[in-house]
Amino acid sequence: MKPEILKPTFWKTVFLVVVVLGLYAAIVRFVQGLGASTNLSDEFPWGLWIGFDVLCGVMLAAGGFTLTACVYLFNLERFRPIVRPTVLTAFLGYALVVVALLFDLGRSYRIWHPLVMWNPRSVMFEVAWCVMLYTTVLSLEFAPVVFERLRMERPRKILRGISIPLVLAGVMLSTLHQSSLGSLYLIVPHKLHPFWYTPLLPVFFFLSAIAIGLAMTIFESSLTAKHLRKHLELPLLQELGRVLLVVLLVYSVLRVQDLYHRGALKLVLQPGYETQLFLLEVLMGLVAPIVLLLFPRVRRSANGLYLSAVLAILGFITNRLNVSITGMEASAGVHYLPKWTELAITASIIAVGFAIFGLAAKHLPIFPDQSWHAPSPRATIRELESPEKESEAVTAERT
Amino acid sequence: MSKAILYDATLCINCKQCEVACAERNKLPYSDVIAAEQKQSAHKLTVVVERGDKFMRRLCMNCLDPTCASVCPVGAFRKTAAGPVVYDERKCMGCRYCMVACPFSVPKYEWSKTLPLVRKCDMCADRLAAGQMTACSEACPTGATKTGDRDALVAEALERIREKPEQYYKHVYGVDEVGGTSVLLLSSVPFEQFGYPGDLTHDPLPMLTYRVLSRIPDLVTLFGTALGGIWWITNRRAQVAAVESGERK
Repeated sequence: MKPEILKPTFWKTVFLVVVVLGLYAAIVRFVQGLGASTNLSDEFPWGLWIGFDVLCGVMLAAGGFTLTACVYLFNLERFRPIVRPTVLTAFLGYALVVVALLFDLGRSYRIWHPLVMWNPRSVMFEVAWCVMLYTTVLSLEFAPVVFERLRMERPRKILRGISIPLVLAGVMLSTLHQSSLGSLYLIVPHKLHPFWYTPLLPVFFFLSAIAIGLAMTIFESSLTAKHLRKHLELPLLQELGRVLLVVLLVYSVLRVQDLYHRGALKLVLQPGYETQLFLLEVLMGLVAPIVLLLFPRVRRSANGLYLSAVLAILGFITNRLNVSITGMEASAGVHYLPKWTELAITASIIAVGFAIFGLAAKHLPIFPDQSWHAPSPRATIRELESPEKESEAVTAERT
Repeated sequence: MSKAILYDATLCINCKQCEVACAERNKLPYSDVIAAEQKQSAHKLTVVVERGDKFMRRLCMNCLDPTCASVCPVGAFRKTAAGPVVYDERKCMGCRYCMVACPFSVPKYEWSKTLPLVRKCDMCADRLAAGQMTACSEACPTGATKTGDRDALVAEALERIREKPEQYYKHVYGVDEVGGTSVLLLSSVPFEQFGYPGDLTHDPLPMLTYRVLSRIPDLVTLFGTALGGIWWITNRRAQVAAVESGERK
């Protein structure tokens, strides 16, 4: 009998095709260099890998700090069941951002340089340290899950002992890091379009990270409920939906105030490429989810919450791409469209992220209904005999 | 004394001797094809730009408070006391933030190389240190490009405008732009026509990020204390609740 992993399914085929293309693109990237593998140029030195993989990747990983803050610092115990998948998403997000950086850096083997070559005046220096430290924190926040699975009680106890300082550090590093990705663009007042250049960039990046952290938690809980047949924590998601609505409203009010005070609001009336993408960002990321979430019927339904979250996520992905690409094109005097190799590598990174999440969901105790915490004697015996049969045993237990 | 380059476009005859000398000094190839290129690149660190019968050099401005030096995460760029902004290629990891941030878009990248570096004019730092002129100044047959003390060159530039006001556009580019640069420009037409940004502030750009970065230590300690306090309060509330419910049982 074939092992389960070799059975072809639609998604496995997609995954394989994407990863093979990505591997080929990776060879082109590292053998022939950035010039051959990207559409980047002296006029446009940052493209998809910074705009999407790094800026969006970090934003999409924001659920980790929002939810750990809720559960550990604000003691909102009821959210505990969804902490583990969210921390896993955040950890994968950050790990994959580092992978993307290895592709984007001209000399990736020097990625450790900021450790010893300091320039505290540089926002990028701060970003580099935050990525390193927060990835470490996230791995320590997620490690107890692995130790639990491997029944290593000692390290698990040590980590539990430092969980509060760990979460505290994680929240502060995230706050710094999310906002400093916005601060990166404070240095280009003459290059970034006035729709997006504002001294408040760090505040906007931070606020939207909170919103998208919540939206991602809703998105990922809904997805796992659908595809991995996990129990959907609907009451929790409903509560997150309400918080999401409030954060989006606060963001919108501040955004309009900022545009108004900088005199940039009237630019909306000027037709053009930037205006179209600005409107797309605002309609998809702010107006649509806010209007949807204002209806109690939408706010209460699993599908309504899912739709609102997806719209907010897509809208703010557009926002990050607008800041890093759309808004920089006019001053650069060129149009940037990623090359197929750039897209292939980004797509493989996403695919690998989904695959690892799927594997972790299957083999690690990240969902509350996978009760490795207190396994029944029967399951324990089976586990000792053959660890692979474990998930079957638990499934059998549940049914 | 800080050195500077003064380029007076009204004296320039577009002979491109500065380009030739620059290529030679930086061990870069030079040919008719490269001579015809109208933009700076990793293999052409200075360019004489033509707009009809007007000419204008483009080169690194060697800012007094350089944006590249402030944004580089590993501190690969450094402003020397003598004037030049120099680049340490052993540090560079290739994040290209300098290229994004430079208000003059000067740093260029070796896109075709597997292990690329940033390239830019460094005002012939080694030659200046040896008491020589920059290669471009030495090669210039008309005196359009010259090296000297910055203060003296600023005074000279203003004097030239005062003497022949009809010949010059009334602005010495580089005196105040982004806090001042070590390359000063004179022209008969506005500098924007040659791609120089005309809307630059007189404050150095690094201030824009430094204003935020300098607050971080304060914010971290404040925020950390507040969050820790919130945890203490909520946690105590939970403990009390746990004890009370235990008693009731």
